[in-house]
Amino acid sequence: MRGSYRAEWLKLVKWPAMWILGAVLLALSQVFGYLIPYVGYRSGGGSGFAAGQTAARLLADVLPDRLVPTTLSGFPMFAGAIALTMGALVAGSEYGWATLKTILTQGPSRLVVHAGKLLAIVTSILVLVLAVFAVNAFWSWVIAATEGQSVDWPTMLELSRGIGAGWLVLGVWSLFGAALGTLLRSTSLAVGLGLVWALAIENLVRGFAGLLGFLDVLQRGLPGTNAGSLVAALGAATMDQTGGTPGVTTVVSGPQAVVVLIAYVVVLVVIAGFALRRQDVK
Amino acid sequence: MSAPVVETFGLTKRYSSGLVAVDSLDLTVRRGEVYGFLGPNGAGKTTTLRMLLGLVHLTSGTATLLGRAPGDPESLARVGAMVEEPAFYPYLSGRDNLRVVARFAGLPDRGIDAALETVDLLDRGGDRVRTYSQGMRQRLGLAAALLKDPDLLILDEPTNGLDPAGMADMRSLIRRLGSDERTVLLSSHMLGEVQQVSDRVGVISHGVLIAEGSVDELLGQGSVLVRAEPLAQARESLTRLLGNGRVEVVDGTLRLASDPADVPRIIRELVFAGVAVSEVRPMERTLEDVFLELTGEEGRNYAR
Repeated sequence: MRGSYRAEWLKLVKWPAMWILGAVLLALSQVFGYLIPYVGYRSGGGSGFAAGQTAARLLADVLPDRLVPTTLSGFPMFAGAIALTMGALVAGSEYGWATLKTILTQGPSRLVVHAGKLLAIVTSILVLVLAVFAVNAFWSWVIAATEGQSVDWPTMLELSRGIGAGWLVLGVWSLFGAALGTLLRSTSLAVGLGLVWALAIENLVRGFAGLLGFLDVLQRGLPGTNAGSLVAALGAATMDQTGGTPGVTTVVSGPQAVVVLIAYVVVLVVIAGFALRRQDVK
Repeated sequence: MSAPVVETFGLTKRYSSGLVAVDSLDLTVRRGEVYGFLGPNGAGKTTTLRMLLGLVHLTSGTATLLGRAPGDPESLARVGAMVEEPAFYPYLSGRDNLRVVARFAGLPDRGIDAALETVDLLDRGGDRVRTYSQGMRQRLGLAAALLKDPDLLILDEPTNGLDPAGMADMRSLIRRLGSDERTVLLSSHMLGEVQQVSDRVGVISHGVLIAEGSVDELLGQGSVLVRAEPLAQARESLTRLLGNGRVEVVDGTLRLASDPADVPRIIRELVFAGVAVSEVRPMERTLEDVFLELTGEEGRNYAR
């Protein structure tokens, strides 16, 4: 197990695609979490997507005490899409390159290979979450110092909860991508279908949930809805609020969202493991 | 007789489409031998190797690899395999790919450079695999297979993509690897190569093992060509010498089912009979001849 994990980690660390996706996630987080709100604040606020926002509110959101909600607000949708892509790439490319046969003939059982791979994926997601928090913390400190505001950091408990929630949200999306990559034995199909699910289907279901009762029930079980509900429970503005982020919602409570997302982790790991065990490897 | 390293009984693979890739295959590879596994394209060779390695699930029958079920981690730890084209991570260097392989196999990194040196890739070990030629990937595949210092080496078309010098190197390497206690199961299109390096050979066609034995057994008794006048008299004399059914007229010559060592006796008989002999030549069959006889037209796409 340790050997499989170390091998997967080596592959991830040396894979340029992973660095590019990580850099994109970091850049998007800075741009939409800090740069645009701060530029909006400097230009007086109240225009564009943040119509109705006050300058004071824009500034407050980019100060250190709002680090957790501001950082998490992009996780349910755009960061989730990137995590899904990472997971699909890691699992699906083994089929595209036919490297699964190289791995499986080395000795580890299929379940050990599976566990090592998923563990490496969620470890890289944790590193990414920590990096996003660290960079966002830096910019919030810079803005506070520039604007002469007091630097009030969230408590360790709040920070830990925020990091844990971010890890859980992106972890679920990455495992979702990995499960699709394994089931479909493909990268491109897994990424395509995964993104259609995360960005289109979930939003459509949420959009029509008010019209049809069963869609309302269905949306409560969707990974995106629960991810959005979890970050909303930690203070992120919902998409219905002024300046809120797409994908952030209050459909279910925070604790319920945690339970559902953990259930997703278990189900996705089991489904992908079962599929890998049964597959004939070419 | 040496203990079997690979053993299958009634090994069968039937895909959901109904295609039977391997049909009731009984195969035995003994410890320390180089076993040549031959068959036309689509005969079921690679599927058999995949089943032995646990990559493809058996439909029915049994198989053991080093005494254990296919895919068993303990047996795979003693097997080096290269099935079809070696597959590596294109963004990693050759050395890093071997590092990945070593980690999955639970091996230390220290054997990597030695493996690269064995296949003459040490100076290109730091380059990304996407820049490698097919022959270099093939050699890297062999390096990966050798990393474990395996008891059993399974090689599927190991000379694919190699230039003539590389093929000669690969042949001598396989011969060297097979000369010690190591067992080699070799599947190859190169029949001349298999004939040179194999102790025993199995021929598979349409998923069924149609012949198995040592190379000498498969090649069978040699034959002798005789060109002499008058032909009828020569035939009569030689039939008397060798017995009925062992002399055949082919294209104005005689073909004798006889050991090439009998040539002096044959010449003496013809001379005593007053026959004018213009040519007496031993004719040795090659593995390709045997293969084509066994598999018919479908074997004709094979190379010497």
